[in-house]
Amino acid sequence: MLDTVDLARRIRRDALLMVHKAQASHIASALSIADILAVLYGSVMKYDASNSDLPTRDRFILSKGHACVGVYGALAEVGILSKKELDTYGLNFSPLMNHISHKIKGVEFSTGALGHGLPFGVGKALSAKINESEWKTFVLLSDGEMDEGSNWEAFMFAAHHKLSNLTAIIDYNKLQSLGSVDSTVGLEPLADKLKAFGWYVQEIDGHNHKEIFEALTIQNLNQPVVVIAHTVKGKGVSFMENKVEWHYKSPNQNQLAEALAQLESN
Amino acid sequence: MRDAFIAELTNAARENPKVVLVVGDLGYGVIEPFANEFPKRFFNAGVAEQNMVGLAAGLASEGFHVFCYSIANFPTFRCAEQIRNDVDYHNLPVTIVAVGGGLSYGSLGYSHHAVQDYALMRTMPNMLIASPGDPMEVRACMKYLIKNPQPSYLRLGKAGEKSIHLSIPKIIPGKPLIVKSGSSIEKVFISTGSPLAVVNDFLNQTTEARNISHFTMPLWGMGFKSTVAYELSAFQTVVTVEDHLEDGGFGSWILEAVNRIENNKPSIVINALDAKVCGMVGTQEILNEAAGLLDFKKCV
Repeated sequence: MLDTVDLARRIRRDALLMVHKAQASHIASALSIADILAVLYGSVMKYDASNSDLPTRDRFILSKGHACVGVYGALAEVGILSKKELDTYGLNFSPLMNHISHKIKGVEFSTGALGHGLPFGVGKALSAKINESEWKTFVLLSDGEMDEGSNWEAFMFAAHHKLSNLTAIIDYNKLQSLGSVDSTVGLEPLADKLKAFGWYVQEIDGHNHKEIFEALTIQNLNQPVVVIAHTVKGKGVSFMENKVEWHYKSPNQNQLAEALAQLESN
Repeated sequence: MRDAFIAELTNAARENPKVVLVVGDLGYGVIEPFANEFPKRFFNAGVAEQNMVGLAAGLASEGFHVFCYSIANFPTFRCAEQIRNDVDYHNLPVTIVAVGGGLSYGSLGYSHHAVQDYALMRTMPNMLIASPGDPMEVRACMKYLIKNPQPSYLRLGKAGEKSIHLSIPKIIPGKPLIVKSGSSIEKVFISTGSPLAVVNDFLNQTTEARNISHFTMPLWGMGFKSTVAYELSAFQTVVTVEDHLEDGGFGSWILEAVNRIENNKPSIVINALDAKVCGMVGTQEILNEAAGLLDFKKCV
């Protein structure tokens, strides 16, 4: 088990460096999920860094594919990718594109269009059930993505088939593309909706590693599990937190230095 | 065609534990033999095609060959992005099966007219289109798909079509399959899908057509343009027949393919459905005629 707090810090650092170098978008979306990724890759998921295709590994799917720098950072920090590969992020013809790509070692599924990860994860979980395999499937979704009807189709199907080997995590940072989730298409009462859909629902602080760990390791035999992770978009860099504009902007040299300094002092 | 499909699928599932059937709450009176024999490999996804294809891709990513069965446009246009991103881009063995190709469900209205599906599927780089013309071609397509699991689209008619081939033919993507052999290299007919029977009947019963060969093409797609261009390069005129709109259809695919030939390209005469049929209702035969499909009779 890794020091997940330190791992989260390194994931944030990698993400900032990649986005700055490539002058890419979506840094705040990656900072929002860094703690969840750190706990998943640092202590919850079973995998072999030297054999990322190990059949018994747990499967992770990033449905909010625009936050890929968080996952690329995590994969590099745990040794599935090399740090050197991160330097190619956003370059012409690089497999490390600005939405997560299955062409990268350790990545199960390419996304970028929202509402695709959960149905795909349902298929993974179903296959484990057919094969009576022990591994689990984790799907990380955004809150804005919950607008997609395909997710609700998948919520219904997974509950009907009692896919207890499937965990959905909703990164509920309350901001989507043009403004707040509440002012776009409100999700509340989200927990009640998911309960009504037949899922085992947990609400946690998505930056508290103990809460994340407990929620993701709960033993549940009869239902799929959903974790509503209350998060802060841009978490860890004060001037990016809760700001819609950091869904789009890239840090300049000074902003990068300031952001990295904040990570070190936190 | 439906019955030949389910018979082949059930046979395949007996030998191949990786064959899975997922339906979009359709297939009453068709899918039961499979569902009853393999309940652990049969899923009804409900009326939810996006999730159906997404979960099929998930299953396929773990080694299953998944057949997604539904009607007309539901397993294609409704979930086009899932087919594009999840299945085709990841190059996963999911076969989309649409029953009611063309105007098979003519009386059910435009929602059930599958006359643009080739256009959608043709634009996906890894997609193999299987458009059999009779039950024997269905069986041939199924044998090919089971042996070569890949992103694929199987377009079926409905039920009760007569068999034109006497036995199950051997088929290769992009290679015309001979139905009626003639001596002329000036002109040949090539059809895909359900028009097989009507083209075959006409050519056999028309004295002026006795030298004209008739080919069918049950397996095709973006990856096989060079193959078909090579195969057709010896002919002067190729008459295509399909029950799909001209735009983005089979004839259009042939035209693009032969355009790659540098010298002496065959000329292509496309017989497809006129868009005026969109919105009309009636039997398949009546609508095909109204849409100008039978105009191929002027091409001998």
